[in-house]
Order: sequence, then C-alpha cells, then structure tokens
Amino acid sequence: MGTTASQLRKDLLSEYQWRLMHVFFRAHKRFSELLSKEDRNLPTPRVPMEKVLSLPELKSNPFRKRICHVFSTSDMKDGSLTFEDFLDLLSAFSDSATLEIKSHYAFRIFDFDDDGTLDGGDLEKLVNCLTGETDDTRLTTEEMRQLISNILEESDIDKDGTVNLSEFQHVISRSPDFVRSVQI
Amino acid sequence: MPSQKKNDIAIRMEDVGIEIDGELDSGSEDEARRRDRNRKAKASPRAGGRNGKPATSEDEEEEEDQDEAPRKRARKKKASAQDSEEEEEEDDRSVKRKGTKAAGRKKKAVEEESEESEEEERGKKKKGRKVTNKKQKDEQNKEKKGDAKGKGGKDKGNVKDKKNKNGKYSRECQAFVEKFEGALGKGKGRKLYAYKVMMAKKMIKFNRDFDNFKTACIPWERKIKEVESHFGSSVASYFIFLRWMYGLNLVLFAFMFGLVVLPEVMMGLPYGSIARKTVPRAEQERAMDISVLLDFGGYCKYSILFYGFYNDERTIGVLQFRLPLSYLLVGVGIFGYSLMVVIRTMARNSDEGGDGGDDGQFTFAFKMFTSWDYLIGNPETADNKYASITTSFKESIVDEQENQKDENIHLRRFLRVLANFLILCSLGGSGFLIYFVVKRSQEFANLDQDELSWFEKNEVEFVMSLLGLVCPPLFETIAELEEYHPRIALKWQLGRIFALFLGNLYTFLFALFDEVNAKLEKEKSIRNATIWGLNEYYSNYSSYHNTTDIPPPDIHPADVIRGPCWETAVGIEFVKLTVSDIQVTYMTILIGDFLRAMIVRFLNYCWCWDLEAGFPSYGEFDISGNVLGLIFNQGMIWMGAFYAPGLVGLNVLRLLTSMYYQSWAVMSCNVPHERVFKASKSNNFYMGLLLLVLFLSLLPVVYTIMTLPPSFDCGPFSGREQMYNVVMETIENDLPAFIGNIFTYATNPGLILPAVLLMVLAIYYLNATSKNYQNANLELKKKMQMARDEEKNRRNNKENTNQVMQDLEDLLPNRSLLPPAAEEENPPPDKVREKGSKSPKVAKRPGAAANGKGVNLQNDVSLAAPNPKAAVTHPPGPRGLSGNARGPPPGPVRGRGRGTPPPRH
Repeated sequence: MGTTASQLRKDLLSEYQWRLMHVFFRAHKRFSELLSKEDRNLPTPRVPMEKVLSLPELKSNPFRKRICHVFSTSDMKDGSLTFEDFLDLLSAFSDSATLEIKSHYAFRIFDFDDDGTLDGGDLEKLVNCLTGETDDTRLTTEEMRQLISNILEESDIDKDGTVNLSEFQHVISRSPDFVRSVQI
Repeated sequence: MPSQKKNDIAIRMEDVGIEIDGELDSGSEDEARRRDRNRKAKASPRAGGRNGKPATSEDEEEEEDQDEAPRKRARKKKASAQDSEEEEEEDDRSVKRKGTKAAGRKKKAVEEESEESEEEERGKKKKGRKVTNKKQKDEQNKEKKGDAKGKGGKDKGNVKDKKNKNGKYSRECQAFVEKFEGALGKGKGRKLYAYKVMMAKKMIKFNRDFDNFKTACIPWERKIKEVESHFGSSVASYFIFLRWMYGLNLVLFAFMFGLVVLPEVMMGLPYGSIARKTVPRAEQERAMDISVLLDFGGYCKYSILFYGFYNDERTIGVLQFRLPLSYLLVGVGIFGYSLMVVIRTMARNSDEGGDGGDDGQFTFAFKMFTSWDYLIGNPETADNKYASITTSFKESIVDEQENQKDENIHLRRFLRVLANFLILCSLGGSGFLIYFVVKRSQEFANLDQDELSWFEKNEVEFVMSLLGLVCPPLFETIAELEEYHPRIALKWQLGRIFALFLGNLYTFLFALFDEVNAKLEKEKSIRNATIWGLNEYYSNYSSYHNTTDIPPPDIHPADVIRGPCWETAVGIEFVKLTVSDIQVTYMTILIGDFLRAMIVRFLNYCWCWDLEAGFPSYGEFDISGNVLGLIFNQGMIWMGAFYAPGLVGLNVLRLLTSMYYQSWAVMSCNVPHERVFKASKSNNFYMGLLLLVLFLSLLPVVYTIMTLPPSFDCGPFSGREQMYNVVMETIENDLPAFIGNIFTYATNPGLILPAVLLMVLAIYYLNATSKNYQNANLELKKKMQMARDEEKNRRNNKENTNQVMQDLEDLLPNRSLLPPAAEEENPPPDKVREKGSKSPKVAKRPGAAANGKGVNLQNDVSLAAPNPKAAVTHPPGPRGLSGNARGPPPGPVRGRGRGTPPPRH
C-alpha cells in the first residue's frame, strides 16, 4: 500500500535530512542558547537584539545593529529575531550564498534609513561605521564630502544623486572579493 | 505547516518554470496567441475545481503534448548547446511524470478491480497537477513573452538582451540540475552524491586551512599588516622591502656559511697551527682587550670572519673539498644570485603592477562597500581594520585630489625647475665639499699622525655624516616647492638622497683604494724581505749541515714575519662601517624617535606650548632615509662579503633585529604622515635603486679580483699571481683535457665578440617585441573602456525604457502582462486550488488507506521540489518570502531596471 510513494518520500526525506540536519541543529542550538528560559515556551520565540549582538561573530561588526534590523521580522522594529529570521541571517552569510543574495542583503544593511536607496546620508553613516567610533580615525568633513561625491560619481549611473539596488549590484558584481568578505 | 511549504514549492516551481521556459521567446507570435487561447480555455475548469473532470485533464495533457512538438521544432533552430540543455530539462520532467505513472500502475495491481478506475483517476489527477504546474509555467512564460514583445516593439536591442539573459537562465538551470541530480536520485547515485558533497566540503575546508597556514608561514605578516593599517601602505612597503632583504640575505648567508665557513671550520687547520691563523706576538698582549675587539683587531682579525684566516691548500679534508675554488665561486656567486633575484623580482613586480584593468573604475565604491571583512570577530582586529579602512580612504582621497588639481601649470613648472636647480646646486656643493675634504685628508695622511687633532683625523667622516644629516631635510624642504603627489615626491627624494649617498660611497671607496695600494707597496717589500730571509736560511742551513734536505724553518707561527694582508684590512673596514651604521641607525631611532616621543608625551603637561601639536611633535617615519639606508647597507654587504665572509651573518642578525626594533619604534613613537599615501603597487623603484647599488658594488670587487694580486701569506689565494688562477688550476688539474680545450676556445675573442653581438641583437629584438605588446595592450585597454562606456549607456537607456514601459502597462488595467503583478496574483488561486483539490480527494476516497495516500501524495510533491540548497541559490528579491506570513507581497523587483526596493518590515 503506497510503499513506492513513501519510498520516494523517505529517500528524499533522508536526503533532505542528511543535507540539513547538522546545519539546522547547530543553528537551532545556537539559537536556543540565545533564548532566555521563559521565552522558550512561546510558540514563536524571539531573541532580543542585545542577545544577538553578543554573538562573537557579530560582536565587533560595525553593522551589527543594521544586520539585526534587516533580518528581523518583528513588528515592533526592535531588531529581535525569530528562528526563521536567524536561519535567514545564517544562510545569507553562509559561504554558499550567491552574490545576488549577499548583495541584496548588503544593500539593505547599508540602507540606514530604509528608503530603498543609498543617498548621501546613508553613505556618510556607512563611512562613519567603517572608520570606527573614535575621533582620530574619523574623516574630516571635507574628506567626507570628497569621498561621497567620488562614490556617487563612480556608482551612480543614472545620476539621481543616490545609489539604488541595481546600481549597487552592478558595482558589487565587479568586485573580486565581495562574496568572500561577506561571511560569518 | 504543510500548506505553507507547499506554497513555497509551488512558487519555486514557477520560478524554475520561468527560467526554463524563458527559452521559448523565439517562438512565433501566433503560437503564443494559440497558447494564450489554450490557457484561457484551461483556466475555466481550473477555477471551477478540478475534481471529477478527468477528461479535461486528459485533454489538457494531449494539448500539452501537441504544444510540445512545435516548441521542440522551434527550439531545434537554436544553438545546439542550449538545445541539449532544454532536452535534459524536458527529460527530467518526463522521467518524473513516468515515475508517478508507474507508481499509479503498481498501486493498480494491489488494489481491487473495482477501485481501479478510481486509482487511474488519481494517477491522472497527479498528472493533472503536474500539468497545471506546467500550465502555470506557460502562463508565466507567455507573460514574459508579452513583456518582451512589448519591449521589442520599442527597442529591438532589448529583445536580444533578453535572449542573452534567457540563455543565461537556461545555463543556470542546467548547472542547477547537474548540481542536484544526485540529490534527486536514489541508491548508489545518492551515496556518491553525498560523498561528493562531503568531499567538496572537506576540500573547501582544507583549502581554507592551507591558505591560513600559508599566511602564517609568511614571517611578520601580522606585524606588517598592523603597521600598514596605521601608517598606510607606503610605510608598510619599507617593511616588506626589509623582509625581502632578509630573505635574500638568508640565502646569501646559507651559501657563504655552507660552502666556505663550515668546511674551513670542520676540515681546515685549527687556530694557531699556521701563521695566518695566529695572532702575531706583538699584538697578543692586547688581543683580548675589548677596545681592540670592538675595532675588529686581535682575535677577531685572525678569525674565521675574515679573508686572511683561510688557508690556500688546494683541497682540504677527506672530501677533498676545494676551498679556494669554492671561496672564489661563492664570492662571485653571491653577486650572480643577487642579480638574478633582483631582476626576477623586478620583472614579477612589473607584471603585477602592469594591468590597471578593472581597478580604476570603482576604487571608492569597492572601498566603501566591500572593505569590511565580516569574518572579523576579534575586537583588536576590528580596531586595526577601522584604522586601515580610514587610512585607505585617506590614501585614495589624496590620489583623487592630486588628479583633480590643475591650477597654474606655468608657475608650477617654474617652481619645479627652480627646485631642481637648487637641489643640483646643493648636490654639487656637497660633492665639492667631499672632494675638498678627501684631498685634505690625503695631505694629512702624509703628515705625522700625532700632530693632527682629533677633528683633522676624522674630518672626512665628520663632513660626511654632517652632509647626511643636513641634506635630506634640505631636499625635502625644497621639494615642497614642487607640489608633487607624495608618492612621486618620495621617488624624487629617494633619487636625490641616493645621489648624495653615492658620493659618500665612492669617496669611501677611493680612500680604500689608496690604502690598498699603500698596503700592496708595503707587502711587496715585506715579501722580498721574507723571500730573502728564507733564501738566507736555506743557504746557511745547507752550508752548515751540508745537506740538501732542508727542513722548514722552525719558527713559532706567532713570530713569523707577515705582510699587511690588504684583503683582511678591507674586510675590517666594511665590517666596521656596517657596525657603525647599525649603531647610528639604532641610536637615531632611540633618540630621535623614542626620546622625542617620550619628551613630547610627558613634558607636555608642564610646558609653555603644546608640544604635541607644536614644534617638536612626534616624528614621522622617514621612508626615504630608511630605504636608502637599507640599500646602501646591502651594498656594503655585497662589497665586503668577499673579504669578510662573516659579514653576511652579521647582516642577517642586523636585519632580524631591525625588523622587530623598527616595527616597535614605528608603532610606539611615530605618527602617520600628514598625507597618507598609497605606495606604488610595485615597489620597483626600490628594486631599481638596489640594482644600481648592486652593480656599483660589483665593480670594485670584480676589479680587485681580476687585477690586484692577492697577498702572499694570507687568504685562500695566497701564492698565486691572480685570484682567478684558482679556476685555471682546477680546469687544468681536475677536469678532463677536452674541457680545458673548450675553455680556451670559449675565451677566444673570436668567439666572445660574436656572442656579444648576438646578445645585443637579442636585446634589440626583445625590446621591439615588448614595445609592440605594450601598444597592443594599450589598444585593448581602450577598447575595454569603450565597451564599458557603451554598456553603461545602454543600461541607462534601458532603465528609461523600462520606466516608460511600466507606466504604460500600469495604464492598461485588464492586462496582466507585468510579471510582478502576475506573481502577486498567482499564489492565491494556487492556494485555493490546493485546498479545493485536497478536501474532495479525501472525501471521495473510501478507507483510511486512501486517506493516507492522499497525504502521501501531497508530501510527495512537497518534498520533491525544495532542495535544501535551493534556498540559497535563489535570489532573495523576487521570491519575496511570500510563503510565510512576512509582510506585504513582493514588490516589482525582478525587472532589472525598475530597481524598486523590496518592502521593509
């Protein structure tokens, strides 16, 4: 009775399991480590942003808050992650994710005001993130202006003063080491 | 949540369908219209629920098959490669279908006859579902086509573009199928696949580990990176150069130590056995005094460190090691090896630095978007990364500013000429000063040493170091006039100081030659005296004992009269120079950088003005001075290594310590340059200077080897007319006669002249070829640039058309030609259908077994489609994650030019 059908199913299931099992469980373990006790009983547990930020992989990343916000599906915009969000995050930063996925998420991470384009303000924040918090590594306003105008000159193809997703991907696709650098 | 999963799958199927069927764009328009009709016909039964309409589904399949034929025919016309891909896809699908059919048939055998029809129905239903999936694909495809057609009306070029894209899609599809073929199969294939995947993972990990290991094996990589992150690539380039020098010197040291020093120590005569290996009696009292030893006199002078210690025995030890020959060959081989390495490095550097390629286009954007390494987990590393990113930003800003600067070109040109004139004047002045001082010192040398004051004795050195101290800052000040980019300014500065140092070096060499000549004179008289003494001894001995069997004179080796041994003297000069250079360098760092930094740092609290920002401030790392110091030091080593084999070892120690010392000093006491600038990609300039110095140091050594007679009583060549006679001796005595003949022929001018001519011709030919290549390269670069610009323009245009198209399509309400709209529309009917088909199925089926089967079937479909990897190989945008309740449906992201961002949560 239905043996063949279930055979096929088992095959695929075991395949599926085999492929995903260890990754999945590792991810889940990491995730439940982050959960507090009382949260664990909820149907869709959420990890607050502070907990996620304490992960060693994200601890020293200047974009850690942005990463949480981008991957979070929380309605409160508090950057908390469900397990699915967490999986999304991991898969986007895994080494088998494609350039397109990575560039898409990178774009959203860099888009600080969530308006869909990288404008001058986003770029300035981005530069500040990259150069660190201390004053001695900061760029002067003159340098900043020059830098941003140069970036727009290079990557703003339609000359509307902002970098949109397709322009961003156009630039990123030319970069030799982007895929390698965006990994956790 | 099976339904959700299913949804996902359905969507994925659609997407795959789009990708696959995107191929069909070339199909004729009327075919499309026909299929459009078909779709409309099909749409109504589907809307009404599919259960109980097996006939329709049957018909559908037939239609589908009919459809298949022209499609295939149309496809045949295309490139064969794509064809085969498609075929494969098709096969894959048909296999799946057959599989389900077969399953249905097997079930039939088990079930009772009465249920047979039902079973068939179910099988058909299954098929039907596939078909509907296919239908959806067709739908998608048609929409796409419509889109393409619409565009085609506007812009023919776009259609071509589309085709290309579709080709890309089909290629991607094929890659996908190939990748997951094993995952879908069973049994052996699956195991093999699992094995393959595992091996691939292992391989990746191994490669990564191996890369890490390789990086860990590069000495001081971390140190240099740290310096680079704070001081920029220009300062780091000095350290990289230093490391390179260290490597070179290690090899030289290995040659010298392994082939000359070690054999002499192991197999040669021990200290004190012969005169050249013994401290003379007059010096023995003070031979262990520290002041003497520091001057490399006493025991140092008669040690393995210097030329004089080596014996002239043709062969030593049981191995019959030909030490004198080895000594000469190593001495020359050091130059040969260094030349080879320097030139090879230069060639490689110019290879690397040659291509500008794609780099120039997006320097800033790359720095901005891709410079952060997300793997960094260590806060300290992160700090370094911040610093290095800031530095690199500053570097490229400086470059950019230089590019944009073009003011008064005439004024600048005038200033540059003026600056060069001033520097030439000061160079000439210092040259004259050196000449004058050397002349004077020669006069002083003839006078009695005791009458001279300390200043008069050391005048040359004093003036030299004064010039070395004053001139570089002077040059730097003058160079301010020129307003070069700091990188170019550094080169000029290097060149000018190089000229100054060169004067220094050659003055030293001339002084040395004078000394050598004086020594040679003295040696000649001592030699005559010794020979005369020996003759006296022999004649006396023979007349006294009345025998011809004369034993050698029995004199203690310390008492033997010996010549001045000019080679050892030269060696001592070089070693002294090197040591004093080390001292000066280290003291300068200690006082000029460390002490200054300390004073500025700690006295700043109790001082009238701001020391950190004001006058003394912290030192900058003096790249030009350090690089030139290193280069000239290396010149000394090259020149001195022949006369003092120990010098190479000393230099290795020096480089090793200075690596640590300087990197510590630069990190703790220096501040980065005001304008951090990027080092030129290939530091061929350093290498060029090094090559020049190498050549210049080759000259005197080869000159002495070829022309000056070696000392008669010290060194491996004693007793021979010329040093190179060792080679002749070996050829005559140890090698077969014909080689000697060949050598004689080869040294014949009649053969050498044509050889030289041939070489000149070869150089000329290679030069011409390389010029041709350069031109070709330039042309290609131009072409690439043009192609890039074209592409840019086209993208621009396309975006505009797309915008227009979108607006137009928005105006037409009843046509769902827009793919995003279709995507939004599609899932809901899908869901409806899924639910609709599920419940009746269960209701209709009698018995629990059937019920279970129903569930199974669904699982079947749900498991077949999603490949775990697929989640990753798929772009995130268009999917829009509509499977789970995750915000609004996806916006129109798929259209490349539209670029509306995905919705945010």
